[in-house]
Amino acid sequence: MKEIVIISGKGGTGKTSIIAAFASLAENKVLCDADVDAADLHLIVDPKINEQHDFESGHTAIINQDKCTECGLCRDLCRWNAISEDFVVDPIECEGCGVCYYFCPEKAIDFPLNTCGEWYLSDTRFGPMAHARLGIAEENSGKMVVLIRQEGKKLAEEKHLDLLLTDGPPGVGCPVIASLGGATAVLIVAEPTVSGKHDMERVAELAEFFKIPAMVCVNKFDLNPDMGQAIEAFAKEKNIGVIGRVPFDPAFTKAMVQGKTIVEFDSRSEGCKAVREIWQTLAKSIDI
Amino acid sequence: MIISIASGKGGTGKTTVATNLAVSIESDVQILDCDVEEPNSHLFIQPTVEEVLTITTPVPEVDMEKCSLCGKCAEICQFNAIVVIGETVLPFQELCHSCGGCVEVCPEKAITETGRELGIIEKGHRNGLEFIHGKLRVGEAMSPPLIRKVREYTRPGTLTIIDAPPGTSCPVIASMKDADFVLLVTEPTPFGLHDLKLAVGAVNILGIPHGLVINRSDMGNDQVKKYAQAEGIPVLMEIPFDRKIAEAYSRGNMIVEAMPEWKGKFLELYHRIEKIAG
Repeated sequence: MKEIVIISGKGGTGKTSIIAAFASLAENKVLCDADVDAADLHLIVDPKINEQHDFESGHTAIINQDKCTECGLCRDLCRWNAISEDFVVDPIECEGCGVCYYFCPEKAIDFPLNTCGEWYLSDTRFGPMAHARLGIAEENSGKMVVLIRQEGKKLAEEKHLDLLLTDGPPGVGCPVIASLGGATAVLIVAEPTVSGKHDMERVAELAEFFKIPAMVCVNKFDLNPDMGQAIEAFAKEKNIGVIGRVPFDPAFTKAMVQGKTIVEFDSRSEGCKAVREIWQTLAKSIDI
Repeated sequence: MIISIASGKGGTGKTTVATNLAVSIESDVQILDCDVEEPNSHLFIQPTVEEVLTITTPVPEVDMEKCSLCGKCAEICQFNAIVVIGETVLPFQELCHSCGGCVEVCPEKAITETGRELGIIEKGHRNGLEFIHGKLRVGEAMSPPLIRKVREYTRPGTLTIIDAPPGTSCPVIASMKDADFVLLVTEPTPFGLHDLKLAVGAVNILGIPHGLVINRSDMGNDQVKKYAQAEGIPVLMEIPFDRKIAEAYSRGNMIVEAMPEWKGKFLELYHRIEKIAG
């Protein structure tokens, strides 16, 4: 089975619009939304949920006031300043390390497992989909990304499909790292701006760090062709395949407003033509 | 006053708003770029950097001469960052959350702490504006500890503008907590609205007054405005899509540099925030 993960470094470069277009173009695939922190792909592909599960991960300390003698050991040991002077744990600050729970001489601290989100297995008009929703202000997004990719792979195996199309998160931190391991290749969607170039360079470095082959396409290329070329030049220098340019095309936003992929919305638009070519090049390069 | 600029969805214009706001206000201002995974404010502020600090987080190191292989360190660690394998104890420093539990629990005092590099903090100035940002080391997973270090540079008595990362999970919370006001930057599209609702949920958990900037306000649809009205969230500024703004941004120019008439609008935005946040 092959897996393509779409990442960008910078947010808002068009990852989800492009993967939605790929959903229209690719065959025998499972869709996977690994941007669990702010998942948007479902707004286009409109999944019908077949299975819904709680995502449990990590713990939070809770002090039982009846047993607490206010000895203060927990406050001394807590490195997150998560325990107030009147011995109440702030669940937002609590890291879930369990040190207070372990050392409390009165056994006055509970340490229950957190439910920090939900994950789903669904059907869409483009095929099966694995997706998730991290609870607001929750931690463990990396673990959720790992889980949702595993579930996507299982779904593909069950249905005898050979491709996982994964929408990755922005940034270079924990959830992005979790979205890379074991991927066949990553496609970096860059935008031709100083920020886009800066962030693309960092995420390219990350892919290299984890030895995942990378390709790049520049979205909204005509907004600043010089910057677009500078990104392509950087990519070539790093042996990153440059697989196409997408023009600035308001059809992407119009398609999104209607809940359609650009292929469904206007298959003759410049944006659609560009994405179709990129898909063909990408498919060829990973042998599907 | 601390104003944190957040969004939910990435690429809506947080950095644009943060940098333009920071340079438009004449009084004592500092900007803290807390989007440490992909910091961009420096590309627009172009500060003269005066100080670069390497930031580390404590992680365990085991002295096998002292270790009795009792396994208590592995037992207390919630993150599987230290394990006993045969005759040795192996710390996985990349997984460590720096809680110090293993050091505390070790009966032989065999565990000490060394540093894992989280990234760097750069500190500088542009004219009167103080600039600080963190840059996460590529390959490092944990951004909140670096964000908290950046926020230690908050100077009470000044106006602190924080450029927050996208999303709604722990790095965003670390960038919004204890702010006096959160300015949410969104775009009027289904993705923008969906992620805005998540961001509003996060701000409400923290109980911080907030308002909206709608960027590219003439693209997409009117659902964001309807939502803001229904929820009673004030729309404090609208920035229409203008190719001139987009192209200036692409070159690393701020709106107020390309179109000085915008300076007044950003000042007005600040006064509106001041009125709400007191």
